[in-house]
Amino acid sequence: MSSPASPPPTPARWRQVVVLALFVGLIAFVWDKGRNKANRGPQPAATAHHGLRFVEVSSDVGIDFVHKPTSIDPKVDMIAAQITATGAGVAVCDFNNDGNMDLYTVSSAEGSRNGLYKNLGNGRFEDVAAAAGLADLNHNGVGCSMGSIWGDFDNDSFQDVFVYKWGQGELFRNRGDGTFANVTQGSGLERWINSNTANWFDYNRDGILDLFVGGYFGEEHNLWDLKSTKIMQESFEFAHNGGRNHLYEGKGDGTFVDVSEQVGFDTTRWTYASLAADFNGDGWQDLYIANDYGSEELLLNQEGERFESAQGIGLEGESKSGMSVALGDIWNGERMAVYVTNISKAGYLFQGNNLRVNFLDRLGSFSQVAEGATADCGWAWGSQFGDLNNDAWQDLVVVNGFISASQDRDYWYQMSKIGLATGGVVADAALWPDIGDRSLSGYERTRVLLNRGRTGAYFREVGEAVGITDRLDGRSVVLSDFFHTGRLDVVVANQNGRLLLYRNDLDDDANWIEFRLKGHASGTDAFGTEIRITHGERKQLRVHTAASGFAGQNGPILHFGLGDFAGPIQATLRWTSGKELVLQDLAPNQLHVIEEPQ
Amino acid sequence: MSTTAQPDVKAAPARWVPSPKTVITAFITLILVVGEWQYGIAGGYKKLGLTLGTCVVTEAILSWFLLGRWPKIQSAYITGTSLVLLLRPAGGIYWPFVVAAVLSIMAKYVLRYRGRHLWNPSNFGLAVMVLLAPSQVALLSHELGNDLFGNAVIWTVGLLVASRARVLHISITYATSFALLALLRSALVGTPALAELAPLTGPMYQLLCFFMLTDPPTTVRSKRGQMLVVLVIAVVECVFRLANDFEWPYAEIVAPAPPILALFLVGPIALAWDLRRRSA
Repeated sequence: MSSPASPPPTPARWRQVVVLALFVGLIAFVWDKGRNKANRGPQPAATAHHGLRFVEVSSDVGIDFVHKPTSIDPKVDMIAAQITATGAGVAVCDFNNDGNMDLYTVSSAEGSRNGLYKNLGNGRFEDVAAAAGLADLNHNGVGCSMGSIWGDFDNDSFQDVFVYKWGQGELFRNRGDGTFANVTQGSGLERWINSNTANWFDYNRDGILDLFVGGYFGEEHNLWDLKSTKIMQESFEFAHNGGRNHLYEGKGDGTFVDVSEQVGFDTTRWTYASLAADFNGDGWQDLYIANDYGSEELLLNQEGERFESAQGIGLEGESKSGMSVALGDIWNGERMAVYVTNISKAGYLFQGNNLRVNFLDRLGSFSQVAEGATADCGWAWGSQFGDLNNDAWQDLVVVNGFISASQDRDYWYQMSKIGLATGGVVADAALWPDIGDRSLSGYERTRVLLNRGRTGAYFREVGEAVGITDRLDGRSVVLSDFFHTGRLDVVVANQNGRLLLYRNDLDDDANWIEFRLKGHASGTDAFGTEIRITHGERKQLRVHTAASGFAGQNGPILHFGLGDFAGPIQATLRWTSGKELVLQDLAPNQLHVIEEPQ
Repeated sequence: MSTTAQPDVKAAPARWVPSPKTVITAFITLILVVGEWQYGIAGGYKKLGLTLGTCVVTEAILSWFLLGRWPKIQSAYITGTSLVLLLRPAGGIYWPFVVAAVLSIMAKYVLRYRGRHLWNPSNFGLAVMVLLAPSQVALLSHELGNDLFGNAVIWTVGLLVASRARVLHISITYATSFALLALLRSALVGTPALAELAPLTGPMYQLLCFFMLTDPPTTVRSKRGQMLVVLVIAVVECVFRLANDFEWPYAEIVAPAPPILALFLVGPIALAWDLRRRSA
């Protein structure tokens, strides 16, 4: 930052005045930029957004769930509030095959109960978790729930569930009568994994679901009985002292074989989220991984034999704090984009969220297009794509906020000290400043990003204007049509807070179409199936995934908005078995149940 | 025919010795290249090209416009490199690189006292950005992997470079002052000593120690004075930090970059005082 010897002061006066004016003008410009962003005015009225309006109805419809965080070994009390700040997960399922989308949400505190909210089909929900055997899962010695993933591992047409934990994950087989049997023992899944993500997908295309379980904290740590306080990441950037990722090959009979080493899962990153889809178009399901304290990974499936980390595709050079992975067709170009949330905090850290459009086929890489509202969503966690206003463009919902405690005291400054530490200091929780009752990116506002189409900045943030106003610490968000209205409702699982259901009261007669899949050779859930629809001149693509976002699952319904198009729709389905199905003249404004050809 | 014996006047070929500035330039380039290669510290070539280009073009235009001559671009290059290493704007925006680069270079031509510019250029640009637009700009989120070996190499090479540039006393005085004051803060605040010492191992402090604090045109003349000034900078930074630890009103303004802002405040005052004293 050396500067040259000062130039002699001999310029003409008018030239000095010109330069001075420019200088002052630039400083004013910077001030204005900072001021405008910090004090953004009220958002435009909801009517400016095609009548989009959400109403929070959880209590009205019978959902009264509050997530409770776990407590851990007092040896790490100084930052316990930070360590235990995850666990609010939610998944959409249809456990009783009645066509109504149900909700399963988890809590984490010892003795706290998970909730299975059965959709009664009349606009109300009923918690049947206790009767189903899915409530009482959080106990000392077996760990605490972090989320769940639903899939029919035995192909009996009833969705089963794996509850992943910091601890011993638990597998439940759906008996088909509204109850579940805990079949963990003898399943091959008996392993202590401090996990924040799991995912059902069929990696070897045998028609039977396989299970991915991602590791966050190292497996050697029992967070309730720590042998050492050195449990944290070794680095904020490129940490490799996290948990192992596991792949369990399903046998279809409730047993699984750990094939992690065989397929090349040998890293110990801090995995927070995973999403399975065929990213390179070879017909095999790949895995996109979001890691905390490190770069994202795309694990390309080598014909069911191995997974290889894709190199040179624009992921490995960027180290951020990956929290969630969502998949959407933001350009209606039959080209999927991956959205990975990260952390942004004014003055301290602008990692920015990533919105990467998949150009593997043409450029051999992803193209990063996040900017403005899509890039900065605060301390962002769960995210999901969905066409909220049925205008035929996929929008984006992002929940955020880490620790909302004191309204006045903040931990960012204290954390910034340790953030620069070198040589393993960060890994030792005992060396972190005491967080006390401080907040850390608390009281942030859920973001609703409306897709404006190909032109402009693509997405516009309208959360408060459309009625999504909570400032709780959102972790997981899922979207589904719970009330058979053809509109996507929004469910937010909040850490140490209420589960919120925002009903979509869209005041617009835009058209839509929904699909529910029933697979055969691709497994009954048909995860991984791609659906392309053509309506008029426009095309859209969806991929049916199990896990999506952070600790979330959107359930079995695939929803498309059609805008004002009311004509017949063509749909092409590409199943993971390799079969293709072309359907003509589908009527809009209906749910279509599609069965895989035998 | 006789010839007059001529003494052998051919001297041994002069050994090329790089100037201190050349050594510093090479060092910051090394940090940039290795940091980008290993850890993506620059955030991509687009940002790098934009910032360096803006610095060089601004320097050229201002030098031509105000002085009627073309400048040496080495200083603009160092300023640009420092900015791209430290600036971290909100996602997807590039204007802070351009504006900070222009402001940094302009500060040399506008903010002058007795024929000298008062602020280290990149320090000025960074401080203005973080003070006026913290919602748009942060300073450095990459820590070179928090890798002990990498940081040890940078400190070792940096100290050698500082020695060659005859500014080692400045770097050592600051680092020592920071360390002692960190221990004091640890005792006062009750945080672990390593947590208070930790920032010293980060790239922001490396750049501060080896480039900003030691910038010859913006330091006072005497060696003792230079040491005293960086001691005061360390003390002011310590006050900024304590203000945040004890949550004094408005302390959050200086929280994101205490050392940058301490230099921003103390450096020009010290230099102006020195210039005035010497011309008296």
